[in-house]
Amino acid sequence: MKQKKEKLLSGKKEADGLTRRDFLKGAGVAVSGSILVGEAQAEANPAEGSAQVQGPGEVPVTLRVNGETRRLNLEPRVTLLDALRDRLDLTGAKKVCDRATCGACTMLMDDRPVYGCTVLAIEAQGHEVTTIEHFSKGGKLHPMMSAFVEHDAQQCGFCTPGFVMACIAFLKTHPNPTMEEVEKGLGGNLCRCGTYWGIRHAVLDAAKAMSAEAEGGLIHG
Amino acid sequence: MANCKYEWPAAGDRRLIGKSISRIDGPAKSSGRAKYSLDINLPGMLFAKSVNCPYAHVRIKSIDTSAAEKMPGVKAVRVIMGVGKEVQWAGDQVAAVSAVSEEIAEDAARAVKVEYEQLPFLVNEADFDKDKTAGRTRQAAELKVGDPDKAFSDPDVVTHEGHYGIPVITHCCLEPHGHVTEWMGPQSLRTFSSTQGVSAMPAQFAEALNIPANNVQTICRYIGGGFGSKFQMDAWGLASAQMAKDAGKPVKYLLERAEELETAGCRPSGFARVKVGAKKDGTLVAWESDCWGTGGPTPSGVLPIPYVLDIPNRIRRHTFILANIGPARAWRAPNHPQAALLTMTPIDDLAAKLNMDPLQLLMKNADLASEGRGKVYREELQKVAEMSEWSKYWHPRGDKTPGHIKRGLGVSIHTWGGRGHAGNCLVTIQPDGSVTAELGSQDLGTGTRTVIAIVAAETLGLPVEAIRVKIGDSHYPFDGPSGGSTTVGGVSASTRRAAVDARDQLFAAVAPGLGVPADQLEAVDGKIQAKGDASKSLTWKQACRKLGVKTVQAHGKNPGQCMLGSSGVGGAMVADVSVDTETGLVKINRMAVAQDCGLIIDMKTAESQCYGAMIMGICYSLFEEKIMDNITGRMLNPNMEFYKLAGIGDIGELKVHMMTGPGYDERGVIGLGEPPVISPGAAISNAVANAIGVRVPTLPVTPEKVLAALAKGGMA
Repeated sequence: MKQKKEKLLSGKKEADGLTRRDFLKGAGVAVSGSILVGEAQAEANPAEGSAQVQGPGEVPVTLRVNGETRRLNLEPRVTLLDALRDRLDLTGAKKVCDRATCGACTMLMDDRPVYGCTVLAIEAQGHEVTTIEHFSKGGKLHPMMSAFVEHDAQQCGFCTPGFVMACIAFLKTHPNPTMEEVEKGLGGNLCRCGTYWGIRHAVLDAAKAMSAEAEGGLIHG
Repeated sequence: MANCKYEWPAAGDRRLIGKSISRIDGPAKSSGRAKYSLDINLPGMLFAKSVNCPYAHVRIKSIDTSAAEKMPGVKAVRVIMGVGKEVQWAGDQVAAVSAVSEEIAEDAARAVKVEYEQLPFLVNEADFDKDKTAGRTRQAAELKVGDPDKAFSDPDVVTHEGHYGIPVITHCCLEPHGHVTEWMGPQSLRTFSSTQGVSAMPAQFAEALNIPANNVQTICRYIGGGFGSKFQMDAWGLASAQMAKDAGKPVKYLLERAEELETAGCRPSGFARVKVGAKKDGTLVAWESDCWGTGGPTPSGVLPIPYVLDIPNRIRRHTFILANIGPARAWRAPNHPQAALLTMTPIDDLAAKLNMDPLQLLMKNADLASEGRGKVYREELQKVAEMSEWSKYWHPRGDKTPGHIKRGLGVSIHTWGGRGHAGNCLVTIQPDGSVTAELGSQDLGTGTRTVIAIVAAETLGLPVEAIRVKIGDSHYPFDGPSGGSTTVGGVSASTRRAAVDARDQLFAAVAPGLGVPADQLEAVDGKIQAKGDASKSLTWKQACRKLGVKTVQAHGKNPGQCMLGSSGVGGAMVADVSVDTETGLVKINRMAVAQDCGLIIDMKTAESQCYGAMIMGICYSLFEEKIMDNITGRMLNPNMEFYKLAGIGDIGELKVHMMTGPGYDERGVIGLGEPPVISPGAAISNAVANAIGVRVPTLPVTPEKVLAALAKGGMA
C-alpha cells in the first residue's frame, strides 16, 4: 500500500495543470484533519506556499473510486460525499451531520478512514477512494457486514454503512482488538437507535473471522 | 379461544416464532445497498433547500424571491410562509428553492430576502417565571382521586417534597425528514418519503394538492429513524411537490441537520414540584404534583403521574407553557419517560427518607399497578434484581467507600399499551412455489419485515428465506402507521390470518390428489402432508404445481377473528453507575431490563429493541437537551457536536431478559418499541443519587449538575 501511495504522490500532471504535489501542499491540513481512527500516518506535507486557486465555477475533477476512474465537473466547494452521492449515485455513505461529527459518511482514502463530508472532491484527486459498495461487490458480504447481521448491530441502518467502514478500517490497525480498544477506536461514529451493543460484538467476531480467513490466504477487500 | 383456526401454534409446535432470527434486510443495510429516501436519485432531479427564519417569533413583512429566481440553475422557488404569517419558532421554513445542484440551491436560499416584524418570545420554561410566562400558560384538567390532604395529614405518614425535571429534547433522526417527489402525470404524484406511515401519506399529499388520493403513490423501503416524528407530509413535503410541478422535474427536499434539530420535533419537557407520602412500612398513600412543561406553541403532553402506581389519594395539576421552541411531536413512548422520571425519582427519595431499599418499596407497592399487573412487576423486579446483583451492589444512599469514585444502583418500572394496529396483508402463493406477503407497512428498524417473514414462514411450513416480504409502498394493502408500538401486533396478526387462509386454499387444491381431507393436512418442513403420516406428502413445490395456472391469494385483516394479540406490558430496569465526585462525570457500569411483551415473534430483534432503548435512554439521561438561548430565541446546539448522543464507549454492560413462557405467551403479540425507553432516566438518576448521596434534580445528569448538587448538600 505504501508503494502505491508514493506513486500517487509522485506528481503526475493532471489535465488542469495542477500537480498532485501542488494540491497536497494546500490541502494537507484538511486531509489529516479528517482522520478518524487508528494511528495517523503522516501523509501530506505541511502547507508550504499557497495552493493554486480553483473555481468558483465548475472544474474538471478526476476521482478514483472503488478502483475505477470517474471524471466529473464540479464546483471546488463540492464535498467528496456530495460528489459520490449526488453525481455518482454511490449512496452507501450517508449524509447526516455534514460536519465531521457522526461518521455516517466514513469511507477510505488510500486505506485510511475519512469523513467524506469534510473532504473536498478536488482534494480526493490522486487518492484511491473506497466506499462501502466496494466491500459487497458481486453480492458477497464482507465478513464485517455478515457480523453486523449476525449480531443485529443495526436497526434503522442509517449509521450502519459508516460504522461498517469505520470497523473495517479499525481492524486494519487493530487486527485483534480488545473491547476497550473497540470502545475507544470506534468513538468517531454515532448511532441513534442504539446499536452499539451489537456493534461491539460484531467487531470482535469479525476480527476473529478475518484473521482466520487471512491465515487461510483469503484476505478480503 | 381454543380451536380458533388462526391462533398461534402451541409452544412445542413453533419452529420459528420466538427463536433468535437475523433480520432479513440486514445484508441490504450493512452493505450500504438499502436505498433510503435521502438516497433516491432520479433523472433530472433537482435539490431543494430551505429559507429558514432566524427568529423565534416574528410576523413576515415581506419576501423577495426575485434574486433567487434569476440565478442560473434555479428552477423553482416557493414561499411556504407568506406575508402576514406568524412564525412560531426559529428555523421554521419560510420559503424553499430548487436548483440543479445542492450548492446552487444553498446560494439561492441565501438570496431570498425576508423582512420580519419582531414579536415577543419565550424559549425557556424550566424556572416557570410567572412574569415571563404571562398569557402563555394553559391549565390541563386537574385529576383528583381520594383525599390527598387528609392522607398527608396523617401523623403516621412520612412525606417527601422535591423538585424534578426533564428538558425538551429532539428526535435527531439520522435520516432527516423529507421526501423526493416526482409527477408521473398532470394529476399523478409519486413520493419517496421518509415516513412512519406509508399507507397514510398519499391522502395528505392528495388533499393539499387537490388531486385524487388514488393518484398518489408513496414509497419508503427504508427509513433512517423516526421515533414518532415522521407521520406528516409537512410543509416541506408540499413545497417539494409544488416545486416538482413548477419545474417539471423531480425534487429532493430533505432537511439539513440544523433545521432537522430546530424544527422537526420536540419531546415536551416536564418539571414538577412533587409531594409523596407513605406509611412507615413503605406503603404509598398520597401524592400531590404541580407539573409544567412545554412542547412548543400549542398545549401538549399531560404527564400521567403518579406513573404506573395508582397511589390511592392523589392530585395532579398540569400547566402547559406555550413556548417558541419548535413543534411538539410524539417521541418514543410519548409522555412516559417524563412521567417515569417525575414519579420514580421522588419515590426513590422517599425510600431513602424511610431507610428502605427502593426496589423493595416498589415490590411492596406493585399491586397499585392497574389491570392487576402487580404480579408481573414483582416477577420483573425480582428478575432485574438478580441480573444487576442488586443485593450485592445496592447500599443505603451515599457510597461510603473512600475515594472520589462513587458507585450506586437505581431502579424504575414502566408500562405501555402496544395493541396491534389495524391493517391488511395479502399473501400470494404462485404455482412455482414462490410466496409473497404484501403490506403497506414500514420497517423503522424494529424488524417489521422479519416478523412478517417469520409468521408467514411458520404458517406455511417454509424457511424464512422462502417468503418475499413486500412493504414500504402505498400500492400494497393498507397498513397502519408505525407509532406507539403497534406495528408488530398489527402485521403479525394480519399476516397470520392471510397465511392460514392461503395455506388452507393450497390444502384444498392438493387434498384430492393425496386422498386426505383438507382439514387433515399440515404444512411442515417444506412439505404438505397428512397429519401424523409423512408417507402421504408432497414437497412444497410439488403441491404448488397442483395449482396449475391459478395462484392462491388470501387477504388477512387486523383486527379479526381469534385473539392474536393484546395490550399492556411492563418492565423493570436497573442502572449501575459510577460518579466521579471531583469531575462530576457519570459513567454507566451496567444496565439491566426485564421486559414483557406477550408472545415474541423474533427474539433477536426484540432484544435489540431493549438494548437500543437502554442506549437511547442513556443519551437522554446524560447528554441530550435542546438548549435554547434567551437572548436570540434560537437553539444553541442544532448540530451533532453539541446536541450530544452517547457513543460506543458510553454504554457500559447491558443485560436484557424477555419475560416469556406460561403467563406471557398466551397474551398474544404486544408491541415493544416504546416500553424499554421509558425507565432509563429514572433508573440512572436514582443510581446517581444512590452513589453520591444527593439528588441531581433534573436530566440530563451533566457533570456541572452533579458538582452543583454535591456543593449544595452532598457528601462530606
